[in-house]
Parts: sequence; structure tokens; C-alpha cells
Amino acid sequence: MKHLKNIIRPYIVWSIIMIVVPLLLVFLYAFTVGGNSLVNIKFSFDNFKRFSDIVYLEVFIKSFRIGLLTTAICFVLGYPLAYIISRFKESTQSILILFVTIPMWINMLLRTYAWISIISQNGILNSFLNKLGFDSINIMYTDTAVLIGLVCNFLPLMVIPIHTSLTKMDKTLIEAAHDLGANEVQTFFNITFKLSMPGVINGVFIVFITSISAFIIPKLLGGGQYMLIGNIIETQFLHVMDWNFGSAISLILIVIIIAINRVLKKFDLEG
Amino acid sequence: MKKLIQLKNLTKNFDDQQVLKGIDLNIYENEFLTLLGPSGCGKTTTLRIIAGFEEPNEGEVIFDEIDIAKVPPYKREINTVFQKYALFPHLNVFDNIAFGLNIKKMDKSVIKEKVRRMLALVGLSDYEYRDVTLLSGGQQQRVAIARALVNEPKVLLLDEPLGALDAKMRKEMQAELQKIQKEVGITFIYVTHDQEEALTMSDTVVVMNQGEIQQIGTPVDIYNEPENRFVAEFIGESNIIEAVMLKDLLVKFDDVEFECVDKGFKKKEEVEVVLRPEDINIVKPEKGKLKGKVKSIVFKGVHYEIIVETKYREYMIHTTDFYEVGLKVGLVFDPEDIHVMYKMGN
Repeated sequence: MKHLKNIIRPYIVWSIIMIVVPLLLVFLYAFTVGGNSLVNIKFSFDNFKRFSDIVYLEVFIKSFRIGLLTTAICFVLGYPLAYIISRFKESTQSILILFVTIPMWINMLLRTYAWISIISQNGILNSFLNKLGFDSINIMYTDTAVLIGLVCNFLPLMVIPIHTSLTKMDKTLIEAAHDLGANEVQTFFNITFKLSMPGVINGVFIVFITSISAFIIPKLLGGGQYMLIGNIIETQFLHVMDWNFGSAISLILIVIIIAINRVLKKFDLEG
Repeated sequence: MKKLIQLKNLTKNFDDQQVLKGIDLNIYENEFLTLLGPSGCGKTTTLRIIAGFEEPNEGEVIFDEIDIAKVPPYKREINTVFQKYALFPHLNVFDNIAFGLNIKKMDKSVIKEKVRRMLALVGLSDYEYRDVTLLSGGQQQRVAIARALVNEPKVLLLDEPLGALDAKMRKEMQAELQKIQKEVGITFIYVTHDQEEALTMSDTVVVMNQGEIQQIGTPVDIYNEPENRFVAEFIGESNIIEAVMLKDLLVKFDDVEFECVDKGFKKKEEVEVVLRPEDINIVKPEKGKLKGKVKSIVFKGVHYEIIVETKYREYMIHTTDFYEVGLKVGLVFDPEDIHVMYKMGN
């Protein structure tokens, strides 16, 4: 065991440099004012006070709304998909799961640009509709466009944990439920769905946190004026150069994510 | 007794393999019937067809005079105790047992009463709200039995339910299962590969091998009058000897003619004879019908297992007396201890 401990040492050093130190810096910046220089720092809660401005609160609410919608759509599409895949025989399942994950091998920017060329004003979708004699529809730079982008990007994150928990389930439990008089529907809701809850909770959590903190997809599909939490943080760091305020928002987001994680964990243990 | 289930010419194939080759079996009300055989003999498949988890390729499953071969399991008045119990891990003891009643949307107070009665029957009265995943194997077993019986099925199917328990626990549960069966008064169909378990618990034993029934009978019949070599070898220990039936009540093997109690064979028919090790007595050489010398002796606890080598073969004998290796001895046995069987393949 001793030499194994030595093997993990570089990783500990690595995570201190790449995770712990940056997080501490975020923490430090959030509670200080005075720019990026560490020489003339001053502790203050001003950054958090600024955040109580209605503009920022609205962005937060909007982000949560988009995040919840994305998660809900991913769940509604992803659960049946995971369930159907889990019913195939094992070799077929791995091929189908591969199909679900293949899009993730392609760069997210490319996938998002592909969506732009499909749904934009003069895109593939509209020229197709025009050919069929319908009017163009305008979804580019709307919530719908952002939702399409987020759902398509994050659907695999929902499907995979649910599929895993469905395949891990003891199949004789389903026979036992049938044996005790439960038909297919009753068995699904009383047994299968309940036992797949750990996967559902994992999927919901991952999709939700990645979609509320997304910033490239909303920027490209929602347009320059489309602001979610991720975009504000990006703006603060890259354009306004107010690292202190950006850090404060990041910290608030981290706290919220940890809180959600706790609640879901508790839900999982009780469920 | 009334016939409750009739299996008629059941066949079942998995891919290219035929696992059931025409099973015909009558199961009666209040009977404790055991399907006994080595793994892969088709006993579990037969049980799963009765439960409804498998559909037979051919044949009928008559239950209460109706063919239920294509009826889904949730519409059958049959419940199963699974090999690894298959308790629902997300439900506690009470909710596991109440599952079937909740599905039937019974009144809460009725459910409570029925579940409590079942818990008392299996001796788990204080365990209502325990987490099933934290129970011992024996306790999980009891919950599984209660969960099945609470639905008041006409038949309870048990698929090697004691396989995962240790030897002592298994003995206890065997007695308990028999007691429960007497108390609830329904048909039990029990699957096992353990011949001792089958002999101790059952009213009727069905010995199966390679998808076919070898013999159906009471435990005593199966043990004392095995119909063929497979049954004789599978149930208990035995000396199996090729012999010729000279005429009714007279059989010849090892160049000696023996009186026996079997008849109805053809004249000079080649048969096989079973001699149980505990039925052979060792005597002085001049008194023995067969002569040989002790080749080995092994202490087995209650008895010695002695191998006596004769001119034609070795005989296994169980006795409480000690005989030295190399001693010249004679072997005797009574006519009723000679069990004549049809030769396999005839």
C-alpha cells in the first residue's frame, strides 16, 4: 500500500496547483476590492452587495429557468431513451450507447455552429420550410435556440447515468413484481423507476449544473445580448476586467451548486 | 385428491438446445412436490413455465381445468419464492410483504392485518420496519416466503430457496417450510438439486435429467425402488450391477443366482440391480453368497464405508463394525434388498 500512496502524490500536487489554489484565489478576490493586484487589496462585502441589484438577480432567475427547462427536457427525452436501450441485449446496448456519446467526441463549438446553420434566418430549416410552402420561422437568438443547443449538448449526460442504473438493476425484481400481480405499468412505476432513482438524480444534477453555468452556447445561439450567469462571469473576467465581482458571482454559483447537491443526495438516500 | 395442475407434453428450446423434452406431470391439491435433478436438467425451466416467466414451445399448462400457458404471470394465482429472494431493496419488510396486496388496492387496515399475520407465521413479528438489505439470509428468506403467501395463492413455487443458507439454517428452514405448508394447506412445488432435502420434505419427488422425467414417486419409493440407473445413482449411494433376470423372482449376477421380489420382466432380460451400501451385511467367508476381501475402510462419523473387492467388482458397504483391510469376508443381503431396474436406454 505504501508505494501506491507515492503514486498518487503527483496528482495531489497537481490538484493543489490546478484546483485548490485557483479556488482560494476566487475566494480571496470575492471578498476584496482593488483590482487584480494583490498589493493593495482591501477586504469588503461590496461585491456581494452589488449582486443584489435587480439586473443580476433577473439573470440568475433566467439562468435557473433555462437550467430547469433543459434538465426537464433532457429527462423527458433521456429516460425513455435510456430505458429502451437497456432492454436490448448487451452487445447491441454498447453500440447504442456509443451512438448517444458520439456527438460528445465532436467539439462543442462545432456542434453549436452546426445548429446555427440549421436554425438561422437563412438556414437549412427555413429553406426546407419555404420549399414546402411554409413561412420562415424565427428561432435564432431566442430561448428556444438556446434550449435546443443546451439539450442537444447535455442529453448524453442524462442518458448515461440512467442507463447505468437500469442495467445494474437485478432483473429478477421485475419478475418478482409480475409474480406478485403487478402488470407492466405498475411494475415500471413501483420498481424499475424507483430503483433507477440514483441514476436519475445523477443525471439531473449534472445536466442542471452544466446548463446553468453554460456560456458559449447561450452566447452563440442566444446572441450577444443574451445573458446567463456564465455570460456575466465571462464578461466580468474578460471584458470588464472586474475579477473581484466575477469571483463573487462564481462563489455564489458554487455555493448554490453545493446546496443543490446536498438536497439531491438526501433525496436519494431517502428515496 | 383433486388435480390442480397438469403439465401436458411440455417442450422448451433455448436457441438450439432442447431443455424440456415433453414433460407430463400431475400436481395435486395440498401436495408438497419436489422437482429434483442435477443443474441443467430442466427443473427450474419447468417451474418458470408454471410461474409464467417462460412460455413453453409446445404443450399445455392446465391450472384448475384451464390452459394458462399463455397467461402472463401477474394474472396467475401462483406465487414464487425466488432463489436469491428478490426482495425489493427500496422497501422495508412490511412494504415488501404488502406489495401484492397494495397492487390489488386492498384496504389499508386489511393489508396491515394480513401482513402482521404473515410476519407471525414466519416468526418475524418485530421486524416490520426493518430495512430488508440489512437482514440475514435466513430472515430474507422468511420475508420472501411471507411476501408470496400473503397473496393466498393456490400454489407456491420455491426455486432452490435454501441454496444460499448454511447447513444448520437449511435444516431449520426445511422443518419450517414443512410446518408452513401444513398450516396454510396449499400446494408447494419445490425445486432443488439436493436429494436429502427432497427426501425429507416432499410428499412426491419428481426426478429429472436432461429435460425428461426419470421417476415420480414418494421419497420411499424413489429411494427403495429406483426405476433406472440415473435415479439410483442420484439418490443416495448405491452399488449398481449388471444382471440377467432368469425368471420372475430370480436374478443372476456375478455368476450367482439370487432370489428377489421383482417380477414382470422378460425371460433372460438384461437388467441392472441396485444394492444400497447399508443393505449389505458382512459375514464370515463361508457364509457369504459373494466372497471377497476388504480393500479399504474409511470412517464416516456414524458408520464405516468399506470397499470389498470380489472377483467381479467392488462393493461399497456401510456398517458400524470395523473390519481390517485385507480380511477375507463374505457378503449377504436379503431378497427384498435387491432392487431390479430396467437397463438405461431400453
